[in-house]
Amino acid sequence: MPELPEPDVAREWLATMTLIRRFEERAGEMYARAKVGGFLHLSIGEEATIVGSARALRDSDYLISTYRSHGHALVRGTPPENVMAELFGRVDGCSGGRGGSMHMFDISRRFMGGYGIVGGNLPIAAGFALSSDLQGTEDVTLCMFGDGASNQGTFGETMNLAALWKLPVVFMVSNNQFGMGTALERHSAVTDLQRKGESFGVPGMRCDGMDVLDTHRVIGAALERAREERQPVLVEALTYRFRGHSMADPEEYRTKEQVAEWRKRDPIALFSERLVAERVLDEAGVAALDEAAVARVDEAVAFADASPFPAPESLYDDVYALGDQVRGWYSVDERTPNVHKGEDERSMDHGDVPGREQYDRHAAGAHESSDDGDDVAASRPADTAQGTGAAG
Amino acid sequence: MAVVRYREALNQALREEMERDERVYLMGEDIGVFNGAYKVTAGLLEQFGEQRVRDTPISENTIVGLGVGSAMTGMRPIVELMTINFSLLALDQIVNHAAHIRYMFGGQVKVPMVIRMPQGAGHQLGPTHSHSFEALFLHVPGLLVAAPSTAADAKGLLKAAIRDDNPVIFIEHEYLYGQRGDVPDDGDHVVDFGEAAIRRAGDDVTLVGISRMAITAERAAQVLADEHDVSAEVIDPRTLRPLDLDTILASVRKTNRCVIVEEGWPHGGVGANLAALIQEQAFDHLDAPVGRVTGADVPMPYSKPLEQIAFPHEPQVVDAALATLRDV
Ligand SMILES: Cc1ncc(C[n+]2csc(CCOP(=O)(O)OP(=O)(O)O)c2C)c(N)n1
Ligand SMILES: [Mg+2]
Repeated sequence: MPELPEPDVAREWLATMTLIRRFEERAGEMYARAKVGGFLHLSIGEEATIVGSARALRDSDYLISTYRSHGHALVRGTPPENVMAELFGRVDGCSGGRGGSMHMFDISRRFMGGYGIVGGNLPIAAGFALSSDLQGTEDVTLCMFGDGASNQGTFGETMNLAALWKLPVVFMVSNNQFGMGTALERHSAVTDLQRKGESFGVPGMRCDGMDVLDTHRVIGAALERAREERQPVLVEALTYRFRGHSMADPEEYRTKEQVAEWRKRDPIALFSERLVAERVLDEAGVAALDEAAVARVDEAVAFADASPFPAPESLYDDVYALGDQVRGWYSVDERTPNVHKGEDERSMDHGDVPGREQYDRHAAGAHESSDDGDDVAASRPADTAQGTGAAG
Repeated sequence: MAVVRYREALNQALREEMERDERVYLMGEDIGVFNGAYKVTAGLLEQFGEQRVRDTPISENTIVGLGVGSAMTGMRPIVELMTINFSLLALDQIVNHAAHIRYMFGGQVKVPMVIRMPQGAGHQLGPTHSHSFEALFLHVPGLLVAAPSTAADAKGLLKAAIRDDNPVIFIEHEYLYGQRGDVPDDGDHVVDFGEAAIRRAGDDVTLVGISRMAITAERAAQVLADEHDVSAEVIDPRTLRPLDLDTILASVRKTNRCVIVEEGWPHGGVGANLAALIQEQAFDHLDAPVGRVTGADVPMPYSKPLEQIAFPHEPQVVDAALATLRDV
């Protein structure tokens, strides 16, 4: 059994796992109340994979994740207020309301993003590591992805290049046993995922992803190899998502017994029991941490709700980095009959364009768009009742 | 006739064609046990078994490639991609392979396959899941492109696509899956490619709507009639390759004005292409520049009100139609 870290550190890990859990639960509630749209993927059950690994990083190391990444932003210190505001599509969101649940980002904390395309983040991670190498820094990149993503072409291609070029990167596959509704053994010929990088020159390790200590220990060792030996490593974290893939998942592909079995190893319960057993905290202390997390999430919701939507005239901001070479670009769109400069969007008179009407209606909280017809509910992709499922 | 949802109409087409031709089989992510991300393939695994309804790993380019190989050797695969954005991962197999194999091998083989995928904004799926790429596929010789906007067309065009000997990009729409419409019960309800549908007859302006925008255009036509005394003719091309240009030109020669409505980006869009064709073929009949109503020239934002102004709604179509009349 791995040893506990210093008491303050241990308490912080538990507090952060608890914050992630409470945040995710509330995000789910906000989704049900239509405060959050699109696809929402929660990390409930996988908190130890997030906190155990991220706490093995230095502040200057890069972390990159998937569309299931609220927790990754939180663990790096992005305030829950800004993560929740992103879910609400508000201007104070950590991606300015542009990205939503699947596309969190916080460059100031080297949280290099959540990515909606399965497998898309792997080569990008190797690219961060290439920069570190070229720039002569000691920084390492930690790249998280899912078992399902290990079947994308980018997986093998990235393993090979990372090993060939000796890039300082650790690949962490959070094996939560499913890619959406497809069980590991139905999507991967090799189910011992830590071995999937071997033939490319990337050695594997495995950790217990329900145990924050074991995750921390193994990822720490892998990071050291990447940092010191310039040897990329693949770490498989065995874990489980307690909730559906996204909010619309009827979970017909797994049994309640299996879920119950894994829930017995709830990473937060396991760790708090250990802390109580070793007298780092007492029961009241655990409860206090939990209350603090709930209170913080309450604040995040209040903050997100008060934050405005991005202004309509910001629609064209940041399509390009405008500078010496690119002074501007010309665009045509439905809101003006004439060709106009996209970057002049902010100075256009938005009172006159028809889009304003839609904007105001939705900003005021109306849920139907004018052409949603008679089947608004049925066409919401995440509507379980209608069994429409969710692609994300 | 029965009233069914668009997704059920697609499901019927798949079921009927699989019953009709045992070479037809399905591949895709979560299409079997999970019943499909949008439930289009619901119940098919149960009926046809794992050999013909194949859950795949997340490997878009490779799944499409397997489809190409097996289409070249006697099967008729249908590949489902969860969202049109994921087809970008498979562009190599779609463009370099599926579309070109027959041509580059001197006509020795055919690639009879269908690649189905939904597109469209409005559900806050953000910049990696919400686009409209008809124009991208329209660009490629060797591909056929269908974009049904009604349940009946969804069924009839999918059946035609499955029976066709060419690779077909079959573009569904996330918003339309839940929409109901009359669908003929007949097992041979096939809608031929290259036949536009005139959704509404009119004399003053022609509105051409692509995919879901055919419906937006129809609603705009109603507003034009009710509030502006303008009679708009609404055309849904239904397939973009082959394109029924004759029907569109005949309409433009009658109305002398045209607005093309699409959800995709303006530059290099379906409307840009169609406007060029119309001015080449019917310049003398035009009383105003061909208008376009398109999605905004930006990656799709997540935030709801911002997303809503980034794709067309009826008021923009009405305004664009009125603008062609003002120019007289
Ligand atoms: C290229 C691509 N294909 C398909 C999807 C749809 N999709 C989103 S998540 C997912 C399952 C991914 O499973 P896994 O990698 O195991 O991660 P998990 O969701 O379990 O965390 C799928 C198929 C996508 N987002 N991108
Ligand atoms: Mg998984």
